[in-house]
Amino acid sequence: MINFGYTAHKERLIDYDKNDKRVLEHLKKHEPSVLTCIACGSCTATCSAGQFVDFNIRLVQTLLRRGEIEPLKQEIRKCMLCGKCILVCPRGVNMRNLILAIQTAIDKLK
Amino acid sequence: MAKTVVIVGGGVAGMTAASRLADLGEKVLLLEREEEIGGHLRNWDRLFPNRRPGSEVLHDLKETLGNRVEIRCNESPGEIHSLQSSFIVELESGEKITCDAVLMATGFDLFDARRKEEYGYGIYDNVITSADLERMLRSGSPVTTSAGKAPSRVGFVHCVGSRDEKAGNLYCSKVCCVTGVKQAIEIKEHLPGSEVFGFYMDLRMYDRHFEEMYYEAQQKWEINFLRGRVSECAENEDQSIVLKIEDTLTSRPLKMTVDLLVLLVGFVQKPETVRIAKLLGISIGEDRFLECLDEHTRFNYTGKPGIFVAGTSRGPLTIANTIADAGEAALQIHNYLKTLK
Repeated sequence: MINFGYTAHKERLIDYDKNDKRVLEHLKKHEPSVLTCIACGSCTATCSAGQFVDFNIRLVQTLLRRGEIEPLKQEIRKCMLCGKCILVCPRGVNMRNLILAIQTAIDKLK
Repeated sequence: MAKTVVIVGGGVAGMTAASRLADLGEKVLLLEREEEIGGHLRNWDRLFPNRRPGSEVLHDLKETLGNRVEIRCNESPGEIHSLQSSFIVELESGEKITCDAVLMATGFDLFDARRKEEYGYGIYDNVITSADLERMLRSGSPVTTSAGKAPSRVGFVHCVGSRDEKAGNLYCSKVCCVTGVKQAIEIKEHLPGSEVFGFYMDLRMYDRHFEEMYYEAQQKWEINFLRGRVSECAENEDQSIVLKIEDTLTSRPLKMTVDLLVLLVGFVQKPETVRIAKLLGISIGEDRFLECLDEHTRFNYTGKPGIFVAGTSRGPLTIANTIADAGEAALQIHNYLKTLK
């Protein structure tokens, strides 16, 4: 078959109605501090991993809130669990436990 | 008929100023164009930040006022004529009142949400305003969709008619952010199983207890705040509303269905106030609110001696700020009157 160079683009739209909120429900129980995030970006600015790789820990809570499970899976793998973000968070979100609890919830989905 | 001060508008500012002027021994006539005094406060269920019933505050203001000043309802000025150091207020009924000072306490109108056609107010039954929701809450009946069902997802759109060049209003209306948070909490209280979203550009929690309310909304009530301005809404066959917004925190477009959409409408100047301002020759800003001599120290003075301003006719204010503003206006008027004697 002739390759015309066309590809199907991945959908960029977040379809909130269809997305999976089970991971979020798990987090509401196991790390409810995530609900108080104000997306200030302090965590991302201080993140050890984020200095070297394309990792935005601030985005983790947003993806979680939107039920964007696939990108969430990719994102949390990049965290080194150093905990510097916890020190700077103005709302006291326990990011390290957040990452671990997300992993637990994702494992449960299988 | 001679009066010392004529107050135009019997809302929070007018009532407060009338009480204070009576305290200071001045003779006041309070004009209210509606059938009773109280202004917009008559329509509010509970007030931020402590959710005290609006009726309680209104009762307090009325009680302080007592029967110390003459109140005329269903009455507003047609013409106001300036004399040497006094004014003649000509009522719509034709009666003429001579006074030494006029206080503009004319208040505000709510932004007409139909002007933001893309949100569908007045077109889709399940798009309502914050004032409509307040009425619903005040009635004590359950919060429902137009079909009478409990909504499972409710959205609040912040900054409707404010911070919007398209609406001709560049200013921030100040109170809608906290009203949105208050009403979101109230939805969760009525319908604990519902999912509630606030769509915001910035959340301006500027006053005491506001930020704590926002924190409580997130932590205790699990209310979601999604940063982005709703760009358009459409109605589904079942009359639920699909909205489009950029989730600016992920930089991606987002689509969501809600059963009820609440538009947080802001303040606009009343056309009637603009008319009177032009009549009196007092200046109005680009935002159409009345200009004062100085924003810091002479905020109740217009450029015209004897004409004062208090409350939301000079810009968006909370009820608490309006009361403080009107009290100050009364004192300034009292001092002005002393210079005439």
